[in-house]
Amino acid sequence: MSVLDHLPVLPVIVPLVAAPACVLLPRGDAPWGFATLVSWATFVLSAMLLIAVSEAGTLTYALGGWEAPLGIAYRIDLAGAIVMALVSGMAALTLPYARQSVLAEIGAGRPGAFYGAFLVCLTGLMGVVATGDAFNVFVFLEISSLSTYALVAMGARQDRRALTAAFTYLVLGTIGATFFVIGLGLLYQMTGTLNMLDIHDRLAGQDNKVVRAAFAFVVTGLGLKLAMFPLHRWLPDAYTFAPSAVTAFLASTATKVAVYAMLRFLFTVFGFGQAFSEVAFGLFMVLGLAGMFAASLIAVFRDDVKQMLAFSSVAQVGYMLLGISFATADGVAAALVHIVGHAFMKSALFMAVGCVFYAVGSHRMGAYKGLGRRLPFTAGCFIVAGLSLVGVPLTAGFVSKFVLIEAALDATLPVSSLVIVFAIVASSLLAVAYIGRVAYEMFLTDPPEGAPAVSVPFGMLVPMALLTAANVYVGLDGSGLVALCRRAGDALMAAGFGGMAS
Amino acid sequence: MPDILSFVLARYNYWIVIVLMMTGLYIVFSRGNLVKTVVGLNIFQTSVFIFYITLGKVAGGTAPILVGGHGEEDHGEGHGDGHDAPHDTSHAGPHGADHGAALTPEEAAAYALEGRANEAGALARADLPSTPNLDGLHDASIGANALTPGGAAPAIAAPSVEVAVMGAHGEAVIASDQAPSAEHAADAALDILYSNPLPHVLILTAIVVGVATTAVGLAIAVRIREAYGTVEEDALERMDNEAAGYVAADEAGATPG
Repeated sequence: MSVLDHLPVLPVIVPLVAAPACVLLPRGDAPWGFATLVSWATFVLSAMLLIAVSEAGTLTYALGGWEAPLGIAYRIDLAGAIVMALVSGMAALTLPYARQSVLAEIGAGRPGAFYGAFLVCLTGLMGVVATGDAFNVFVFLEISSLSTYALVAMGARQDRRALTAAFTYLVLGTIGATFFVIGLGLLYQMTGTLNMLDIHDRLAGQDNKVVRAAFAFVVTGLGLKLAMFPLHRWLPDAYTFAPSAVTAFLASTATKVAVYAMLRFLFTVFGFGQAFSEVAFGLFMVLGLAGMFAASLIAVFRDDVKQMLAFSSVAQVGYMLLGISFATADGVAAALVHIVGHAFMKSALFMAVGCVFYAVGSHRMGAYKGLGRRLPFTAGCFIVAGLSLVGVPLTAGFVSKFVLIEAALDATLPVSSLVIVFAIVASSLLAVAYIGRVAYEMFLTDPPEGAPAVSVPFGMLVPMALLTAANVYVGLDGSGLVALCRRAGDALMAAGFGGMAS
Repeated sequence: MPDILSFVLARYNYWIVIVLMMTGLYIVFSRGNLVKTVVGLNIFQTSVFIFYITLGKVAGGTAPILVGGHGEEDHGEGHGDGHDAPHDTSHAGPHGADHGAALTPEEAAAYALEGRANEAGALARADLPSTPNLDGLHDASIGANALTPGGAAPAIAAPSVEVAVMGAHGEAVIASDQAPSAEHAADAALDILYSNPLPHVLILTAIVVGVATTAVGLAIAVRIREAYGTVEEDALERMDNEAAGYVAADEAGATPG
């Protein structure tokens, strides 16, 4: 029994064990260095896990040697392995960035607490994806959410509104989690088990009020966590006022993990045997489209660049929901590609915004005047990532939108596929509008008179540059990612139709 | 009319859950004071705790521990396995299919017992191939008071389950020493009524989560009090809007904290 036999559980355990140790470290750079090391170790483990899963198929791991129906099983399918690698990779890139950004925005007071909370958040996000036990999903969701509330509130030093944002997030997040747990209770009542696969087997053919109520509670609860359009109220403020490094990490991971949990519940727990699944997919399509337009429209009129990008995140979640709503393997694959692509572009954008804040001290549109000359590298990264957000060819955004449109054309939908395609293109144009506003300020406006020369530390530029490069790389050669996501989508769908994906 | 009344009364625990849940949500949405919001959130969560506990509670059931005086080897085995059984057997039960839409505590009890009965059936089968069917055992156990010692009574119909549980109030079935081996084994597993421990354990975890949420919520409320000087939502919103206006008017940068 080598250590590698425990691979499915290690990416969750490592940050969990490291977090309390991180809090105890002395001030200075020690907590940051330790957390960075841990996040890279987690990333390496997740990457190994991804390779193992893509070769050997779904992995299951019985915690403590207690087999599935009695004990808690971890079950990592290909989609899960992709999301885990993504989340830990984002943590590994955000932490090097965080050092100076956090020093500037939060101060040197208690770095251990910040990085400890960050690692706990990472643990929760990894755990949600890894576990195959429905109640465990709730526990990990709350682990990540609770630390997120604290992380968001740490932005209070820059703007006290971070506190009210964190409080709103806490209230809505807790309501969401409680709805989710009510749904789990109803499911447990019907099936007598909490193992996701077991629930799926036992739900087969059952359609009654309890199952429907459970479905509604689970979908609403997770919808709150992933900021599904009308339930997104917590997100813009939380992302706007959180410290830059936290926003960059959360925007690329937190909602994505909730989307994955939603995928898991829709396909591997409830499956397609249920009539109400159709209703949910219809709802996702409507809400996804509504979110794409409404949130993008709001974003166009924001004067705070960070807030603009936060609203854009709500819109981007709409694309993922749209992909899921097709209820085809291609649609799910498109949602997964967009999860990865959006993580790359949004974290690069938020990092750029953080760099600007570091140098200029503001997120306001007015502060971006002439930045193309004052901070050419940061402005360049912002533009490339912004083009990716719009979906310009040769960027990750183009690949994910292309796959999504392809899936829409292949799917049998309640409305004409062309309407959906038109909607996707039209909402991309809205992205042109708001990214264009920033681009205009940066490149076509002169910097204010006598603006001092500014610079951004190397440690912040490198992660941002790497993520921007990732956008371009996926844009140039996205076939590997798309193929991987297709396989993951197929596996999820197979599980949804009652077959075992493993 | 009395039917409806008894229907409502028999589910009184669910009414408590619903009333608490709505009270909590109402407080969260309607109160402007942040501390009250946190309290409302707490009440909302508590309703879910009660919901889970009510799922696992068997009327008159005890905690899943070995009770003194029944420690003989074969009995012990029955107990040990018994409390895991509901976990993997209850779904197949006829009650799940028939009354799934609204589970009453009685049915939850039936679930738990069914699990144990199945387990007992398995034990009994090992001893004696020609045991009465599982439903028989199951009903026999519930109609405890009416039974002759050790007698499995397959004739008792399923609908009697609810009545029997209500009537029995969980009086422990006393195993008879004269019983033949199969029934002996079955009774050994059935002589003590256990509650399903799993929802209770889950709720222990959820309580921890709830306490943590309350703590973080109150901590943020304290910080808000320090930063704003108030915890009234209306006042906070007004100040936040002013702050936004202030920034818009003066492009200098972040608002002073």
